[in-house]
Amino acid sequence: MTTDAPSYTASELLAVMSARLLRDGQVVFAGVGIPLLAASLAQRLHAPGLTILFEGGTIGAYVEPGRLPPSTNEQRCTRRANMVLSSTDVLLLLQRGYVDVGFMGGAQIDQYGNLNSSFIGSPQQPATRLPGSGGGNDIASLTEMIVAMKQEKRRFVERVDFVTSPGFLSGGTSRCQAGLVAGGMFRVVTDLGLLGFDEVSKRMTLLALHPGVTVEQVQANTGFELLLASDLAVTDPPAENELRVLRDLDPDRLYTA
Amino acid sequence: MTLAYDELCRRTRERDRSLREKVMTLDAASALVPDGAMVGIGGSTLSRTPLAMIWALIRAGRRDLVCARSISSSEGELLFASGASRHLITSWFSLGIVWGVSRIMRAYTETGRARFEEWSHLAIGLRFRAGAMGVPFLPMRSMLGSDVVAQLPDARTIDCPFTGEKLALVPALNPDVALIHVQRCDAYGNAQIDGLPFMDVDLALAANRVILTTERIVSNDQIRRRPDQTKVPFFAVDAVVEVPFGCAPHECYGVYEPLFDHLDRYAAALKPDAAQGIRDYLECYFYQPKSWIDYLDRIGLAELLDAARRGQSIYDD
Repeated sequence: MTTDAPSYTASELLAVMSARLLRDGQVVFAGVGIPLLAASLAQRLHAPGLTILFEGGTIGAYVEPGRLPPSTNEQRCTRRANMVLSSTDVLLLLQRGYVDVGFMGGAQIDQYGNLNSSFIGSPQQPATRLPGSGGGNDIASLTEMIVAMKQEKRRFVERVDFVTSPGFLSGGTSRCQAGLVAGGMFRVVTDLGLLGFDEVSKRMTLLALHPGVTVEQVQANTGFELLLASDLAVTDPPAENELRVLRDLDPDRLYTA
Repeated sequence: MTLAYDELCRRTRERDRSLREKVMTLDAASALVPDGAMVGIGGSTLSRTPLAMIWALIRAGRRDLVCARSISSSEGELLFASGASRHLITSWFSLGIVWGVSRIMRAYTETGRARFEEWSHLAIGLRFRAGAMGVPFLPMRSMLGSDVVAQLPDARTIDCPFTGEKLALVPALNPDVALIHVQRCDAYGNAQIDGLPFMDVDLALAANRVILTTERIVSNDQIRRRPDQTKVPFFAVDAVVEVPFGCAPHECYGVYEPLFDHLDRYAAALKPDAAQGIRDYLECYFYQPKSWIDYLDRIGLAELLDAARRGQSIYDD
């Protein structure tokens, strides 16, 4: 990082950078936390026609500033929405192919984009039992995925302890061979940069650095060797209006502390 | 766990499905849930949780309930800590993202004192749906290739007999009893649900017995004015209990939002010593109250009114 203290938190950086990946007119299936916030931010900036789905059963969410829900299952999720339906049916929209992009956070990710939110250590004798899949496994299995998470060595590991939500499994064509013919990891947004996946090997690839971040820094915060894009880019820092709208959405810093 | 079809039909035939009034007390309804029963819990996370019924079962000293719910929150912690359940089938289990990973869930599952059987969210939904449809399983395209499915002996992976594609099969879940909280129903059990229905309609039809708790019992005439709002038919319902604020401190759509201050205090009380914290909480809010109204009294009028104001604001323009 530069010597100047950035005027935003790491979570705010994550929210802004991932909001930029969402395009107007898309249908996005968003998890709680940064994904919900970033999708709402995109909706208020460049993507007013973004349709947000929540696993609680909401279609076309338009979350009110300052009234963020504690999960994607409360009435706050439905205010000004187009439709509510059962959680089973909203998840089935993924399977039917109506969703352009899934968007969630992660506790642990590996070089093939597999996510773990179930166990640190072995499932039989875990060091930590985590809260589990929720809709994560379904979203990751059925649609293209954006993941937003902080980049730390303990979170970016060579092989996750447990595949809760599948990325490209063991790389190459292994995802497809397992029967997961749709979707796959598209982007991982971190507080250090933007990552994608190699077309053939499906290994995680550094695509862009956030301002002031070096490749060495990203690699030092990653527990496996990253591939580097030949045209490595640098992202634009969060703009004033992006941060203003974001802080208006989450004035209590419920998700962006 | 999956019932043979003739057994499923026999259990349905044996229920008194006549048009009759089923209104009873929480205590009487809790007698319909035996120790060891497989219990489906309606709502999701902090929403439309049948908390009053769970409260009554914990007070009645139920043991070894196998509970299934889409997503579990504080009610799962209380079921584990009270000893009412040692086995929860769900897709996600913690108080809520803003409060961090559940210390109670961790303490019980990491030591093997209780089991958190993890399925994907859609898998739980399709298990209830298969149960509601009267079929032994449903196919799905998620969970394949993951370690979630590898941990589940009851799930199968097959090659589709029509297309040859790989599919995951999830077995029907037909709970012995479903606990479902609704905004209103009549004395027969015609139940209207406002807002997010979660998996409750499938759960009600899958279960072999349904206990409805409701914010308000209304007349059958009122139900008939808005039949489109009726989500569970009376013949699938075995008991009706009127319990105002029956989800508190969780929310009931359009009636009250979660009682955030109470939940913050609950989470804070569990922070220094989760086991002691939840024992004290159970003592104060579950075992000591003389009645559900006394429980609400301990939560406090100010919090209930604030939650109700926020809850009803969903209908403001």
